[in-house]
Amino acid sequence: MINLTIDNKPIQVEEGTTILKAAHQNGINIPTLCYFELDGMKFENKPGGCRVCMVEVKGRRNLAPACATDCMEGMEVLTHTPRVINARKTVVELILSDHPNDCLQCEKNGDCELQSLARRLGIKEIPFQGEQSHYNPGQTLSVCRDMDKCVMCRRCETMCNQFQSVGALSAVDRGFNAVVNTAFDQKLLNTSCVDCGQCVQVCPVGALTLVDNISDVQRALADPTKKVIVHTAPAVRVALGEEFGMEPGTIVTGQMAAALRRIGFDYVFDTDWSADLTIMEEGTELLGRLRKVLNGEQATLPIFTSCCPAWVKFYEKNFPDMLEYPSSAKSPQQMFGAAAKNYFAKKVGIKREDMVVVSVMPCLAKKSELAREEFSVDGNRDVDISISTRELAHLMKQFNIDLGDMPEEDFDTPLGESTGAGVIFGATGGVMEAALRTAYELQTKKKLERLDFVDVRGLEGVKCATIDFDGLPVKVAVCYGLANARAMMEEVRNGNPRGFHAIEVMACPGGCIGGAGQPYHHGDSSIIRRRMEAIYREDAGKPIRKSHENPDILTIYKEYYGEPCGHLSHEQLHTHYFDRSDKLEVVSE
Amino acid sequence: MTNYNTHILICGGTGCKSSNSEQIVENFKSLLAQHNMQDEVQVIKTGCFGFCEQGPIVKVMPDNTFYTQVKPEDVQRIVEEHIIKGRKVTELLYTNPETQKHVSDSKHMEFYKKQVRIALRNCGFIDPENIEESIARGGYEALGKCLTEMTPEEVIAVMKASGLRGRGGAGFPTGLKWELCAKNKADQKYVICNADEGDPGAFMDRSILEGDPNSIVEAMAICGYAIGATKGLVYIRAEYPLAIDRLKIAINQAREYGMLGEDIMGTGFNFDIELRYGAGAFVCGEETALIHSMEGKRGEPTLKPPFPAVSGYMGKPSNVNNVETFANVPVIITKGAEWFSSIGTEKSKGTKVFALAGQINNVGLIEVPMGITLREIIYEIGGGIKGGRQFKAVQTGGPSGGCLTTRHLDTPIDYDSLVAAGSMMGSGGMVVMDETSCMPAIAKFYLEFTCEESCGKCTPCRIGNKRLCEILDKITRGEGTMDDLQQLRNLASVIKDTALCGLGQTSPNPVLSTLDNFWDEYVEHVKDKKCRAGVCKKLLSYVIDPEKCIGCGKCAKGCPTDSITRTDYIAPGHKLASMVINSEKCIKCGACLSGCKFGAISVQ
Repeated sequence: MINLTIDNKPIQVEEGTTILKAAHQNGINIPTLCYFELDGMKFENKPGGCRVCMVEVKGRRNLAPACATDCMEGMEVLTHTPRVINARKTVVELILSDHPNDCLQCEKNGDCELQSLARRLGIKEIPFQGEQSHYNPGQTLSVCRDMDKCVMCRRCETMCNQFQSVGALSAVDRGFNAVVNTAFDQKLLNTSCVDCGQCVQVCPVGALTLVDNISDVQRALADPTKKVIVHTAPAVRVALGEEFGMEPGTIVTGQMAAALRRIGFDYVFDTDWSADLTIMEEGTELLGRLRKVLNGEQATLPIFTSCCPAWVKFYEKNFPDMLEYPSSAKSPQQMFGAAAKNYFAKKVGIKREDMVVVSVMPCLAKKSELAREEFSVDGNRDVDISISTRELAHLMKQFNIDLGDMPEEDFDTPLGESTGAGVIFGATGGVMEAALRTAYELQTKKKLERLDFVDVRGLEGVKCATIDFDGLPVKVAVCYGLANARAMMEEVRNGNPRGFHAIEVMACPGGCIGGAGQPYHHGDSSIIRRRMEAIYREDAGKPIRKSHENPDILTIYKEYYGEPCGHLSHEQLHTHYFDRSDKLEVVSE
Repeated sequence: MTNYNTHILICGGTGCKSSNSEQIVENFKSLLAQHNMQDEVQVIKTGCFGFCEQGPIVKVMPDNTFYTQVKPEDVQRIVEEHIIKGRKVTELLYTNPETQKHVSDSKHMEFYKKQVRIALRNCGFIDPENIEESIARGGYEALGKCLTEMTPEEVIAVMKASGLRGRGGAGFPTGLKWELCAKNKADQKYVICNADEGDPGAFMDRSILEGDPNSIVEAMAICGYAIGATKGLVYIRAEYPLAIDRLKIAINQAREYGMLGEDIMGTGFNFDIELRYGAGAFVCGEETALIHSMEGKRGEPTLKPPFPAVSGYMGKPSNVNNVETFANVPVIITKGAEWFSSIGTEKSKGTKVFALAGQINNVGLIEVPMGITLREIIYEIGGGIKGGRQFKAVQTGGPSGGCLTTRHLDTPIDYDSLVAAGSMMGSGGMVVMDETSCMPAIAKFYLEFTCEESCGKCTPCRIGNKRLCEILDKITRGEGTMDDLQQLRNLASVIKDTALCGLGQTSPNPVLSTLDNFWDEYVEHVKDKKCRAGVCKKLLSYVIDPEKCIGCGKCAKGCPTDSITRTDYIAPGHKLASMVINSEKCIKCGACLSGCKFGAISVQ
């Protein structure tokens, strides 16, 4: 242990503790800007670049950055001297002097860390005038970039390179012109970007924001010739409440359904339903491959999950030689779209082109997933619009809806009934657990006694487990973060030494609950943890917790698809993958 | 083996080379061959002599004749008169500007009298492309001594006792640095030589590498032995092609002679050196940025700790020293710590190489003992200010340093006294300025450099320096206010206090030191809208004295903006009406001033 004083208060910390953490542990807050940590999730951005968290350390000539300075025996730290406050204020004034002052119109208004920092430091004017940075704006189907607002915190860069191993963003140029950009100022579309959107989730300012599709939804709702269908992903219901001042982890499923009806959607359905459908298809595919191997036939194992569109794009770009590994099952969003525009449209007698399917997702990659050509029929997309949790909150606010005031209502049928297995898709390990619940019973023909597979739960980046399928050991792995996924893919490419049969991959920290379309967590991983707890609470409270027991799912197979992985479901519920590695080359403009 | 009786040393440094010294070498060789003297007279292309003002330099040994500003066509005279007939060519000898007498021996020149050459000991004496010449001057003796007579701990003890401090700028004790790295256990360690010399006008490291590359090879091997490293890396600017060539030759020859590679000198010690090229980013002279650049990453600094001694190149313990620091090492080992520490001041031992530049008579590379005063350097070694003008300031430490004034002329130079005076040692740039230099403009010049060279990682350096520069620009345009001066000082202090690396922390020094030492000049720019040095164009006005103007109209014809017109005033004694300048239209190009033969136009 190390003894030191912070603001004359004697404290004791473990060796290797930074001044910032030591101060926080002792109730002393030091403001930060570039520093960003997802505690317990192995994500830390600590460039020590913004110089906001400067503190005075007795005996040192210069101020020290609290985020990156370790406590030392006998250290005397002062966190709020006039010298410190003047330095912090000057540094923030400098940042503001190269920042567009368009807070009122900014996407991040009210959610901006620079804005709240300026307010906290009492900055009323910017004493420095001078040149302002200007860069080409750009966007993909998911992410908008306005680097005029970049404060060079490097969070997006660390996220993109270290956590996701995507490598689309990096600091370029020098001095005043230094900015985070793509290589050779390429359009983000032409880079290795997979649209995971985590750069947006971690950006403290409005430099990286989502592509806002609210107006598309409003246009559809206003069109009397259209029937507008909405479905909401599992992770949305445990996070949406945060946008209305509720505690993280508040479950708002019923209020959300009511609010969506109030806004004017014709049918309010649940992506959890299509998550159950996914399990039927993916679980059957897993069992199919597994049985083949058991029978001594050729089959590709391990099977990788394919629900996460950022992950799908990632392996199409980076592992084009391994496209046969992932499950061919579409993601729940796309399964829903296919079922809605084929089965449901037929059932209620609405023409495909008169139906608008809107998905509400915790995700930004879903915005680009729905645009993939293979998910359209004659130019009509299975899912027309995808909005994120944050956009849904904005839409509700436009309608002056306070979620807390809403009554609890149910989803519509027949695409609204779901099981606990569908709910847990929202957390890392959930897809695997849901698949195991079904695959176990289908394979062993025995009733599963304990439904909770705790080994695949939790915020560990990579989790491995062996499940006893009545004498058959099934080896599974679960990971989130594409760097972890890359390591897994490479392990499999090198002969799968640990003999995995199935691997779940989600791009975002903690799975969809930590998605880029979720309310900003500003690095507070306890928010993600509480969303996860809520997911499992919702699961535990469900009367049915296994996908293959969902009555509406059984109905759709009876009425329409016949059997999982059958001919029609292959046509509508499965997809194929493409080698997208050529998109990585530099295109001159 | 040939026994030469005469040696002709010709400077082959970059400066003299660009003044055609290669042709001088060729001419000597062919002429001597014509006279069939190639076996009696040896022609040697050496490294820099230092007296660049007088280059190209040719030195004839053993009579120590120092020819200056030699042209290729002068070679014939030197051979026929001096070499054959033994008569010195007086016109090519250095002329003492005060006495107007010829001085034939460099030892008697003011430029060399006060110099003590340790790091530059072989520069100008040997052929840097021939390891044997280095060995003949004691090269690799120190390495042999270390490997055969000393333990690594003893080597470090000598380095510590010598008091040698890092010559790259910050002055960290070298022995201590080695010791810190030696203490860390690792399967691989690295010795890194920082040859990313980037201060504008500085060329100490380049000259050492060009003139005596073997001293660096030897010192790196000694360091490797002391800290337990078997690999050495030299991070060198790609803009130093000659230094790179000579270093490569030295490394190859050292390998051939068993001074590098496996089992050096049969002692079982292995050490080898590779080169890594820098792309000329100033910040890559900062050791963590340098390491990142070598690893193929963006050249930007990271916070210390961890220090390179713990986690350096590829995460392994690494010791980074500057070229000049290494150049001192072999001599310290052979002559001993006591000898070295007898030179210099209490806390700064040995000598320092400076690149003397600016408005001074003797521009060049000098090596002086620590503790020498600025006055001695400027007025004795430097030969005083050019054109008999007044000394105004001396800038030391490059963009990280500050401007010192007459007040500091008698300050003994060492690391600590320069910092105390508001400047720093830096890597050894020394720019002398006279009254034609405008201090706010000088501060702006250095800030422009820092802005250009900042990596952009931390806010104070990325945006703060830019804003400093903009405020200075405003002042030099005559648009500054007293508030701006206040702002300048506060911002400069905050940048110094908060920037991430040495570059940012020292970048406000030119501003703060000029504010401290030349406050009046800033106030003049702001309040009186005057630039006393006549540098800030926006603050100048060209005026025609109607009494002196004869009305010839030449100025009006030469004016590119048609700003000069005729008045109706005819001065007594003149026939034509005088001219007048419209200051609104005038762009201050100075064409009228230089064209007026009657002294009627002046700058105010």
